[in-house]
Amino acid sequence: MKHKGRYGTFGGFYVPEVLIPALEDIEAGFEQYCNDPKFVEELDDLYRNYAGRPSPLYHAKRFSEQVGFQVYVKREDLLHGGAHKVNNALGQGLLAKYMGKKKLIAETGAGQHGLATSMIGALFGMQTKIFMGSVDVARQNVNVHKMKLCGAEVISVSGGTCTLKDAINDALRYWTSHIDDTFYLFGTAGGPHPFPTIVRHFQTPIGTESRQQCLDQLGRLPDKVVACVGGGSNAIGIFSSFIDDVDVELIGVEGGGKGIETDEHCATLVKGSVGVLHGAQTYVLQDENGQIHETECISAGLDYPGVGPEHAYLKDSGRAEYTAVTDEQVLDVFELFTRSEGILPALESSHALAYLVAQKGKLPKDTLVVVNLSGRGDKDVSIVEEHRPMI
Amino acid sequence: MGHYQNLFNQLNRTALVPFFVIGDPDEETSFELVKTAIDSGADVLELGIPFSDPVADGPTIQKADIRAMKAKMTPAKALAFIKRVSDYKPLPIGLLVYYNLVFQYGVEAFLADFKEAGGTSVLVADLSIDDADEIAPAATAVGLETVFMVTPNMTDERIQKVVEKTTGFIYTVSLLGTTGERTGLSDRVKPLISRLKGLTQQPICVGFGISTAEHAKEVAQAGADGVIIGSRIVKFIEDNLDDTTEMKKQVGEYIDQVAKIIARL
Repeated sequence: MKHKGRYGTFGGFYVPEVLIPALEDIEAGFEQYCNDPKFVEELDDLYRNYAGRPSPLYHAKRFSEQVGFQVYVKREDLLHGGAHKVNNALGQGLLAKYMGKKKLIAETGAGQHGLATSMIGALFGMQTKIFMGSVDVARQNVNVHKMKLCGAEVISVSGGTCTLKDAINDALRYWTSHIDDTFYLFGTAGGPHPFPTIVRHFQTPIGTESRQQCLDQLGRLPDKVVACVGGGSNAIGIFSSFIDDVDVELIGVEGGGKGIETDEHCATLVKGSVGVLHGAQTYVLQDENGQIHETECISAGLDYPGVGPEHAYLKDSGRAEYTAVTDEQVLDVFELFTRSEGILPALESSHALAYLVAQKGKLPKDTLVVVNLSGRGDKDVSIVEEHRPMI
Repeated sequence: MGHYQNLFNQLNRTALVPFFVIGDPDEETSFELVKTAIDSGADVLELGIPFSDPVADGPTIQKADIRAMKAKMTPAKALAFIKRVSDYKPLPIGLLVYYNLVFQYGVEAFLADFKEAGGTSVLVADLSIDDADEIAPAATAVGLETVFMVTPNMTDERIQKVVEKTTGFIYTVSLLGTTGERTGLSDRVKPLISRLKGLTQQPICVGFGISTAEHAKEVAQAGADGVIIGSRIVKFIEDNLDDTTEMKKQVGEYIDQVAKIIARL
């Protein structure tokens, strides 16, 4: 590898030797093309005309009244596919195309990354396989159908906890046997180098647009930027452009599940300890021996016992703050936000919104908060209905 | 000269290296199985500590890891198990482990305790040669030998790095993929052994996908110093979970059969 892929002591590439040539190949491809004018122009065109960028920054006035300060939502939910995942899938998919790869594989939790990869597989005419935990296949079956309609093969993974972690394990195993012609389109800003760097790069439009929109629409930078964190790709996308603005607070919100005092959550940065999982040194949820814990969260997209290494670094350096909200808080805000704004937030993004509700009464009225509304909640309607039946 | 080099010189034939997950399907049965393997003709033991996310392993060994973890095997208990094994008969013992387990135990403490238990060498499945120094200096300091993997898709330049960092043997991965049984021997393995022979004098043990006595024979004839058989043996455990007598019998017979074929070459 040309680079170490470290964020402080975090990151790296803890993978079996057999995967190194494939990672080196992607690292070299990324370096070659990420600033290549033709690549940049083609990606920019796809961002605008295929995905629907730039996404709006919207003042959620009625929700702002509920919480007592000014909430602006970055509308990644309006993008094609319904989430920010399309940014990364387009970027890496185009990279795969430039590198001459014909096949894509990806892991998925909630199905949003699987769907985004399937869409891009169809767009570029690439054979696509999606690895998805069997528990997630059951709870996100609408996305499974959409992936199949795009022509992807969905492989239900039944090893271990049958969720995102196991989907990643199986995707890595499959990749080991098919590295000659297959590009692993990794979905979050985690995993082995160079994925955290690549995913961050392709998600930075969220941050650069948000920052410029604040300056254009509000005449100043926000006081706080808030995003949900599972693996952390939407959060690093929006944080990245504000890291140097030291007066802007960065807040990541993790899945508190049934409560962080229980064992049923996925609040890796809040409750985890430093370890090595899926190729990266980062915070992980584990027992005292280093065995990785099972996680629990209402939102499949956050249900992961690791986190991107840059978030681990931002936490330890104090630049960003990480907190967690419970499933119940998430269900409450899903209802509140939908009633206030007529926008269904994804359960993942609802974690960021729930944090704002918890700040009610604690911040001055003119406080400007930008929230990354990373995805839309249509996929979650049946889960919400199950927990909060409409009478 | 290292333990392995010594042993391979003495044997003057290819060594048989069976692999077990420590504690599969439970601690006592696992110990019985390892004894059976020793008594049936194993020359070296390759033992693995079960891990929750074994990405280098295929389904057979992953299931073994899950069984062993369910039976409460831990790294500390695995080290005590190794001590029992080496007390039974002091064969060289190579350890296969995932990095997080070593990292949580403390790299130096883990390696010292493994050496103390009678271990010979350590291989960390998810450390590439670029990260050899996370383990190699500490291993050498306590008198352990180092083992790293060479894969068919590695450049000569990278293999050279492996040669430099290895003090035990070169774990030669026969194919591109994870551990697991295969019907045929990978067509990549013989060219890889030849390449390695041109690059180093170090002992070469071949693993991944070696499933039949015939595979073992072919690998031995291609010049391997040792042949590592994992999933095929672990499958005998999986297939006989309700009958440990039959399990031991099948493991013993299989190892005996392979040992005899290798010995005749």
